[in-house]
Amino acid sequence: MSKAIVLAIKAQFPQAVLETHSQYGDDTVVLDSKAWKAVARFLRDNPQSDMNMLVDLTAVDFPDREPRFEVVAHFYSLNKGHRVRLKARVGDSDGDDAAIETLTDLWASANWLERECWDMFGVKFLGHPDLRRILMYPEFEGHPLRKDYPADRIQPLVPYREIDNIEKLAPFGPDEGMSFGRQTHIDRADEGGIEDRRER
Amino acid sequence: MGELTAPTSTRIIEPNEGQGFATTRLEPLLAWAQKYSLFMYPFVTACCGMEFMAVTSPRYDLGRFGAEAPRFSPRQSDLLWVVGTIVQRQAPILKRIYEQMAEPKWVMAFGTCASCGGFYDNYACVAGIDKIIPCDVYIPGCPPRPEAVLDGLLLLQDKIQRGDKRPGVVKPRTDPVADPKMGVVELRRSRNSRPIV
Repeated sequence: MSKAIVLAIKAQFPQAVLETHSQYGDDTVVLDSKAWKAVARFLRDNPQSDMNMLVDLTAVDFPDREPRFEVVAHFYSLNKGHRVRLKARVGDSDGDDAAIETLTDLWASANWLERECWDMFGVKFLGHPDLRRILMYPEFEGHPLRKDYPADRIQPLVPYREIDNIEKLAPFGPDEGMSFGRQTHIDRADEGGIEDRRER
Repeated sequence: MGELTAPTSTRIIEPNEGQGFATTRLEPLLAWAQKYSLFMYPFVTACCGMEFMAVTSPRYDLGRFGAEAPRFSPRQSDLLWVVGTIVQRQAPILKRIYEQMAEPKWVMAFGTCASCGGFYDNYACVAGIDKIIPCDVYIPGCPPRPEAVLDGLLLLQDKIQRGDKRPGVVKPRTDPVADPKMGVVELRRSRNSRPIV
């Protein structure tokens, strides 16, 4: 069903389509990022596709690729019951100039989704009316879902209490509870108790 | 359950039949009054709130222990329940709530997230509210059963009575691994040895 839409996009934007694939009923079109908005507008306005719902918009970080981020948008047609996925690759290896056009004026739901994408990945959406952080606080530095954000880096808003050994406070022993910051977790199967964990 | 003790300095003196009086020190009397009139401020942020509702509703009935009335102003309450995950963005709010409460005040860390962060070992979460505010009783569990919460409240009452400021943690009533009757290991063995149909 939505393979017809993939073909329609290919026919309408022959230069913009980099690749397509269809798997288990999911149809994906990878686009040149310059054609992002034009294709989205075509999907919304073309009566054959009639995509009146932007389901989700997010990004994926591939730190080893050269356009580093893949911005992913899922569209759904409430009238026709079909869906299609668009992808576009943006950003250099530092991720500083990752930018793509906004879809806010086409679907209002793109507003918060793009703010989340900016907050988590640092992909700028050009023309967005209010591109602020939505989940993290304004003082937060960096973008936490990038693969190069350190896993143990936290940015507290209030200073922690000045107490010795703040990582393990009073009633908890050194091996109880979650350690603060990532550490190697002891395999408790070696200590007896639940000894048959290794057998499974 | 926690280390419940029954220290008392109260003595009943009865010189004549029916005309007795009791003596006590002021601090135990005040502590006795405080521990049975805990006005609680529920700072409920996550799924532990469901268990909190269970505890306060009639089946488990926190009101039996004098902690019935929630006060949604920190200035009127003296027991802060931190129920659920605290993220870094909420930390200033929690600290401000704590600072607005009048002395004497106590803090209960309800559930694993509030106690030590739980599995939220990431950029967004505070790994235990004791990084920000002092905490009196930790109730582990994800979420804790209402019985554990009642144990935690009784432990706190005992600490108030004894004037004990050190934090305490609610222990399980039975250790599921050490107790063969609970049978965690046995259960897994039997599950493994069950023939696959």
